[in-house]
Amino acid sequence: MPMTEFITNLTFFVLAAFLGYSVITKIPATLHTPLMSGANAITGITLVGAVVVAGSGSTTFATVLGFLAVVMATVNVVGGYMVSHFMLQDFHGGGDG
Amino acid sequence: MVELLSESVLRLVYLVSAVFFIQGLRDMTHPRTAVRGNLLSSLGMLTAVGVTVLWFDVISPAVLIGGLVVGSLIGAGLAVKVEMTQMPQLVGVFNGFGGGASALVAGAELVEYRIEIGGAFPLEMGIAAAASGIIGAVTLFGSMVAAGKLHGVVTGSAIRYTGEQAVKAVLLATAVLSGVYLVVQPDVLSTALQGTWVPSYWLLVLAASVLGVMLVIPIGGADMPVVIALLNAYSGLAAAGTGFVLNNSALIIAGTLVGAAGMILTVIMCESMNRSLANVLFGGFGEEASSEEMEDIYEGNITETSPEELEMLLDTADRVVIVPGYGMAVAQAQHAVAELGQLLDGDGVDVEFGIHPVAGRMPGHMNVLLAEADVPYDKMKELEEINPTFSQTDVVIVTGANDVVNPRANEDDSSPISGMPVLNVNEAGTVIVNKRSLSPGFSGIPNPLFAEDNTYMLFGDGKEMMQNVVNEYKESN
Repeated sequence: MPMTEFITNLTFFVLAAFLGYSVITKIPATLHTPLMSGANAITGITLVGAVVVAGSGSTTFATVLGFLAVVMATVNVVGGYMVSHFMLQDFHGGGDG
Repeated sequence: MVELLSESVLRLVYLVSAVFFIQGLRDMTHPRTAVRGNLLSSLGMLTAVGVTVLWFDVISPAVLIGGLVVGSLIGAGLAVKVEMTQMPQLVGVFNGFGGGASALVAGAELVEYRIEIGGAFPLEMGIAAAASGIIGAVTLFGSMVAAGKLHGVVTGSAIRYTGEQAVKAVLLATAVLSGVYLVVQPDVLSTALQGTWVPSYWLLVLAASVLGVMLVIPIGGADMPVVIALLNAYSGLAAAGTGFVLNNSALIIAGTLVGAAGMILTVIMCESMNRSLANVLFGGFGEEASSEEMEDIYEGNITETSPEELEMLLDTADRVVIVPGYGMAVAQAQHAVAELGQLLDGDGVDVEFGIHPVAGRMPGHMNVLLAEADVPYDKMKELEEINPTFSQTDVVIVTGANDVVNPRANEDDSSPISGMPVLNVNEAGTVIVNKRSLSPGFSGIPNPLFAEDNTYMLFGDGKEMMQNVVNEYKESN
């Protein structure tokens, strides 16, 4: 059944692409930097994959690869969300500034 | 049965985290809700990672926890220490790490498969792993070069050489052929080439890594916004590719959303320069500044001004627009500029900031700098919003910007910036241009704006000059 599974995955991919397009075109230019760093952090979702291979690796080689992947992805996730948060906190309207 | 149930639970939780990501992005459509959006998104991440850790058999928890701790410390340390002006390169570095992690995960999964199941990889797994490996490695090394250029460690100028396109083509071909080998796995070659550590995959990663360096090296510093946005898209696509390898919906959905975000930003950046993506990536840009042409335009037509004179102009102005460029970030002038804006606003002057999409070194770069300096977001206007207002503006202050206010872009004269949307500041009553010299911008062409009758040049360092204007203004008001 791997082919049907592939098609299910392809469905997720295509629908997510359309959804992403319609949501992200609405984001104002003023927030494009935090959008990028936040989207960047989301890329760290690959951490989920890294966790799977790091935790279940049955050879040293796979475990080392998994460890490196976990480190890199975690830097991406933690750093990305933190810098986005710091930047977004700086944005305020005329009323409270 | 228990096993089946927990797999369903795992998938349901991934669905929940996908909803968090999407709602988080939706909240980014307004600065008021954006902080919440970012927190929601991070909650989605915590959920997805948390359930994965709990669900899968963790054979070596020390490795996993160690990796999480080390990564968190590095990420948090960088995030806390970074200066706002260094944000573009830091985002580049983070981005690269995301891409690199995807390439490693895909590789580790191939190795695991070879050992545990053996034989040929399923077709879709091979294709997805090859895609993930190529894109991930290009992203990692391309981002590092881009970050190096932005940080000034690697030269910001475009490094071009003969045979450049051929070198890139050979590297890409090597990576793709390794990928094809990975997918097809013909038995005609020796078994050594199909070892348990899947050498063809690592050859692919090696070629793609060098390709990543070669792709970004020839691109000039001012084009980095496009490169960073594109690499952002790549890192998303690499994560989506890894999702196909692992059959993981959370990776596919989240990765694709990021891919879409990066592609949209890339397109916006290219359109804002009226250049194609191919031209940014492969074509040279800008021309050698011709001193004759510059003299022709500037000779006898440049009027200098001083902070005192500018202050007097501001005293009688009803509406002022400030146009910042990358030079403002370099001079760290954003706090002085913001203070000037606040002073004028306090005295009832209508002050706005006109921000060109490609001002700075990443999309929205000027906005985060000004926001940190306490400029309210409703004072920051995009090109389409601000352009119709210049004719009713008394004074425009351009600081550290050049090509984005060059009126030659509106002329069809086949100059490098011809057709690029620009801020039509010359329609305002008076234009003050703060710059260190008359040297041309990234395009290499002279700017006729500087020679116009209503333009006055305020030569000097952005921070110093703006601070002088602020001081003058405080003294006389």
